[in-house]
Amino acid sequence: MIKLISPRKLRELGILGMNRRNVGFIGKYNPRKNYRLVDDKLQTKETALRHNIRVPELYGVIEYQHEIAAATRKLDKHEGFVIKPVQGSGGKGILVIIGRDGELFRKSSGTLIDAAEVRRHLSNILAGLYSLGGRNDKAMIEALIRFDPYLEKYSFEGVPDVRVIAFKGVPVMAMVRCATHESDGKANLHQGAVGVGIDIASGKAVRAVQHGHLVTNHPDTDACFAELQIPHWSQILDLASRCVAMTGLGYLGVDIVLDKLRGPMLLELNARPGLAIQVANMAGLRHRLAVAEKIAAQTDNHEEKIALARQHFGVEH
Amino acid sequence: MMASRTRIGLIAGGLFFLGVGLTLYKAFILGFPLLPGEYREVWTIESKINFKPTKGPVQVDLKLPGSLAGWVILEEHFASSGFGFTVVENSDTREARWTRQQLVDSTTLYYKLQAYRPTDSELDDLTPPTIEKPRLEKDQSAAMERLIGLLSEQSSDTASFVSLLATEFNKDSDAQDHDAQFLLGTFDEPEKVVLLAVLAHAGIPAQEIRGIRLEDGRRRQTLSSLIEFHDGDRWLIIDPARASMGMPDNFFVWQRGNGALLGVIGGGDSSLEFALVSNRLPAKTVTSMEQMAHAYALLDFSIYALPVEQQGAFKGLMLIPVAALVVVIMRLLVGLKTSGTFMPILIALAFLQTTLLTGLSLFIILVGAGLWIRSWLSHMNLLLVSRISAVIIVVIFMMATTAIISYKFGLDRALTVTFFPTIILAWTIERMSILWEEDGWKEVLKQGGGSLLVAILAYMVMTNSLVEHLTFNFPELTLSLLAVILLLGKYTGYRLSELYRFSDLDKPT
Repeated sequence: MIKLISPRKLRELGILGMNRRNVGFIGKYNPRKNYRLVDDKLQTKETALRHNIRVPELYGVIEYQHEIAAATRKLDKHEGFVIKPVQGSGGKGILVIIGRDGELFRKSSGTLIDAAEVRRHLSNILAGLYSLGGRNDKAMIEALIRFDPYLEKYSFEGVPDVRVIAFKGVPVMAMVRCATHESDGKANLHQGAVGVGIDIASGKAVRAVQHGHLVTNHPDTDACFAELQIPHWSQILDLASRCVAMTGLGYLGVDIVLDKLRGPMLLELNARPGLAIQVANMAGLRHRLAVAEKIAAQTDNHEEKIALARQHFGVEH
Repeated sequence: MMASRTRIGLIAGGLFFLGVGLTLYKAFILGFPLLPGEYREVWTIESKINFKPTKGPVQVDLKLPGSLAGWVILEEHFASSGFGFTVVENSDTREARWTRQQLVDSTTLYYKLQAYRPTDSELDDLTPPTIEKPRLEKDQSAAMERLIGLLSEQSSDTASFVSLLATEFNKDSDAQDHDAQFLLGTFDEPEKVVLLAVLAHAGIPAQEIRGIRLEDGRRRQTLSSLIEFHDGDRWLIIDPARASMGMPDNFFVWQRGNGALLGVIGGGDSSLEFALVSNRLPAKTVTSMEQMAHAYALLDFSIYALPVEQQGAFKGLMLIPVAALVVVIMRLLVGLKTSGTFMPILIALAFLQTTLLTGLSLFIILVGAGLWIRSWLSHMNLLLVSRISAVIIVVIFMMATTAIISYKFGLDRALTVTFFPTIILAWTIERMSILWEEDGWKEVLKQGGGSLLVAILAYMVMTNSLVEHLTFNFPELTLSLLAVILLLGKYTGYRLSELYRFSDLDKPT
């Protein structure tokens, strides 16, 4: 028998459903003309730099098929790098190279691939295989993030990233997505990555969920999630809420990585952030969004908004 | 948010009530049937007149059919480009007349009519015409006398006499009576003419009935003749070609009595041919269509106003909004994942042609085999556009192979495989294949199964006879459907799938 939850219970918990998210938030607060800024990662990067928001360094952009050969030769000077489709969605088409083994490239999973494989990946990106609507796309190559060693034990073969939902400049909910062996190094919750709900007030882990069930330790590294405290938490909240002003999108998912040397950096923005964050936090978004609406009406001050958010959305430990 | 909701609400309400209102008006004031009810066969007869013009002015006369033996003519349509055209009405007959001063090339004129037969009524009674005895040579007259004498002895009444006579004329020549054989030989005319001559000689009033043997989908059908004769009491009909008594089934009566149907002045080599199509329409609709063909031109939103071929096309088109509603409900209310938003509709449309089970198995075979071949292609490192083009070609080859193999095994149904949209199949295979590589086969099954489920539901709705009847006869209901779709576009409640997705949140923490 399939277990279902009653709609009334969901409403009590304040769970945001897909339909309400689309009509009530994305459709209403995210003007379509501003989508380009987040869908095109190059534009996101440029705009972020103009607003003094840190982003991973850009090594190069490939627009045409014939540039691929020259570009891959130039990659020789970098030990590790990341290849992404400029207009990719849902983390598709991202190739992370963490090092070399002679002529071969080592992927984050440890698998070795040759240069031809890298070129094939690039040409797939250009053909639009990973892009919204299958349009022709550009590929961007950026610096590999040397992520904070503190977080290393919480992720298996992948970069743990912090997702913050910001509404009208108020950070509303946050989680860390930790890749597992089962999720194949991807930070995708329905593929078996662990979602760790993060307390907005303190940056401490609230609870961790894998496949909808509570877990206490990482299934591969055995790190205890209860001890997890995200470093540079104030900076992360500040960065997330500044992105709302930068993009003009009211309801925004901000993905942030922590670099060992450079601190929190904006990885990408999402104009249609998913609903899984509610599962990771075991809490609904609707009540918090209503409070955030009030906070935004109350003050225009950036610092004040964050302070009020930390005060309202804090979870008792 | 309130404002936009109210606006949508008002628009949707307006559309909904407009659609329902028009429907109710047509149903209760104009008397259109709301339910399909009994079906009736309506025949569309397209007559083609071919001829080669000679010098000088051309005049073509075609006797038009009257409403005979219970046949009712619903609509007539003439095509006569470049010709002067009139319908000449005499006291009891009508004639179409095409005229032209000069003509060079051989030409085809068209006359199309729609008719159905609500009651199998008899032909009207008619005073028997005076008999004109045929002029005969001596030996012909003698042969006729002997034949009449022989058959009279064997028969009990006029009907059995005529029946025996027709049977005699239909026999193979070696089994035939010598006199009958001699008569057919010397007359050098069609059997029915000889038959009429014998009947006249025997003093039995008789005449021809011209008409068309109706066969659905038949092209190049020609005129047929029946013979009716008076047995002193009433008129009886015999089919000379089969020597069977009574009006044959599916015989459209064009003209009663002798005389040519087609007259061409200033032309030669003329021929009259017919193309026939039968449609099954609800009986009540036929009646109202007939009554309102002219009466309510302004209010008649019915697709019946269009020519037959376009009617068929619209019949399919009007079903698509219903299928779209199914997709909207399954995605917004149930939360089913499908591969490509409206791909299920296209598959459902293909199912309409192939029927459900055949279509399903064909689809699964094609996509399955396509995925397998596509996995080879993915090793070849091709650019996207040429890879998809390659998949398209593979799909076409697979369709041909399926058709040929199944035909060899006598499975004619599988020939309908050509109704699957090739490009859509290719894209489906491509997407599924990428989905497989990136998210695993579970996701492929989930989305493929979702698409098929929606397609099956859409198919079942589209083949429902009530839905078919309503969309075709009350196209204005589509406005109400649009209203429902608009309202669903503002639905912010939970999807059924979310009740499952968030079911773990129920636990106390």
